[in-house]
Amino acid sequence: MTQLRTISSKDVRVGDKLPELAIPLTATMIVAGALASHDFTPVHHDKAAAQAQGMQDVFMNILTTNGLVGRYVTDWAGPNAVLKKVAIKLGAPNFPGDTMKMTGVVKGKEEASGIVDLEVVGKNSWGNHVTAQVRVALPAGK
Amino acid sequence: MTQAGEAKTSPPLNEQLQSFVGREIGAPDVARDPVNEAMIRQWCEALADGNPVYTDPRLAQASLHAGIVAPPTMLQAWILPGIEMARPMAEQRQDLQKALHRLLDAAGYSAVVATDCEQDYHRYLRPGDRISATTVIESISPEKATALGIGYFIDTRTTFSDQDGSAVGSMRFRVLKFKPHQQPAAVQSAAAPAKPTRPRPPRGHDNSWWWDGIEHGELLIQRCKGCGALRHPPRPMCGGCQSTQWDTLASKGKGTVYSYVVVHHPQFPGFDYPLVAAVIELEEGTRLVSNVVGVDPAAVHIGMRVRVSIEAVDETLKLPLFRAAE
Repeated sequence: MTQLRTISSKDVRVGDKLPELAIPLTATMIVAGALASHDFTPVHHDKAAAQAQGMQDVFMNILTTNGLVGRYVTDWAGPNAVLKKVAIKLGAPNFPGDTMKMTGVVKGKEEASGIVDLEVVGKNSWGNHVTAQVRVALPAGK
Repeated sequence: MTQAGEAKTSPPLNEQLQSFVGREIGAPDVARDPVNEAMIRQWCEALADGNPVYTDPRLAQASLHAGIVAPPTMLQAWILPGIEMARPMAEQRQDLQKALHRLLDAAGYSAVVATDCEQDYHRYLRPGDRISATTVIESISPEKATALGIGYFIDTRTTFSDQDGSAVGSMRFRVLKFKPHQQPAAVQSAAAPAKPTRPRPPRGHDNSWWWDGIEHGELLIQRCKGCGALRHPPRPMCGGCQSTQWDTLASKGKGTVYSYVVVHHPQFPGFDYPLVAAVIELEEGTRLVSNVVGVDPAAVHIGMRVRVSIEAVDETLKLPLFRAAE
């Protein structure tokens, strides 16, 4: 089924780059992501609360960042890729009006298991928002 | 900070902090709702995640999951308490982690920022799964000086289990609890954030003439009126003859790379990376720190001939940068 097409581990090489993805950051997506993850911490949906903490606006919560890293990898690999690990380091906050550009590179591969290690970076106009190490299991392929 | 300094100023706090390490923060967090398709769909819509194994029953059935699964990155969402998180801390359910934060609040470490989140997924969750989570305070660092302020890194480890008690995933979470520097007033703009700018150079009585020169397109060098020695950076007295009398000459702007580094990390707002930070030796003999721009960093080398180029790096700041000389 073409909609389930997934890259196989034999077609992946260390050093391969994932296609860049630019994610426009809106207040709506930041608030929707926070609430969809049941994170009601006020700084993620209430601009006044965010400003009281010295931030210029609401900013993206961690679960949304985590989810976008996962999405970026499975968008590239396909629906039958299985995420094993997502480890993120956080940097510059994601604010409305900015854009996060995501890039990724294959850092390692275990031939036997088809597990691939990736490094993913999400960068906004302030610098790196997120640096992530992702492990994903890919189908062996024919 | 030295060990001795730490011991002198805060032994009781350190001891109190370490008493939290290795302890579970309280009773397990139990998901109020089983894993369900409505929450999965809302998450996928919010994040524009079109992976059909999360939302399309037919394709999910045909996938290796043989049915709808939840995005693994939602792991923590199943156990967060929701709108309770918007209430004042005192009105939230209390646990050892909040007690630890209160202790640090009282000691002035009032701000918190999450820095790392590491999640392992043992299996994908399916609608109907009932998740609970236990959290242990794994470690607390010594007091650290960070860019945000001094503070403590707190690592917690959460194990997520299903209705059968089997572990489905785990999470290590690191926060920095710190004493904030004085925050600038919040930017009022509702529009896109202003492009970050480089730090402003400090300008004072002894060096503002040099920056005025840059603004007028001239790279000036200070010259001692007593002995004629040139000097940079600007300062009031000659190191050779102790004369405080001086004038300036305009540099021809030609020089060579005396030394350099290529900065990749850490990256600060307002700079473009990789950044070539170089000590430039001018033909006149003085040296200054600048950037070499417009060339592949790999091509920069000691002795490379360069020429000054006074450029606006943002709306209010001009800097003397250096480009390869033809």
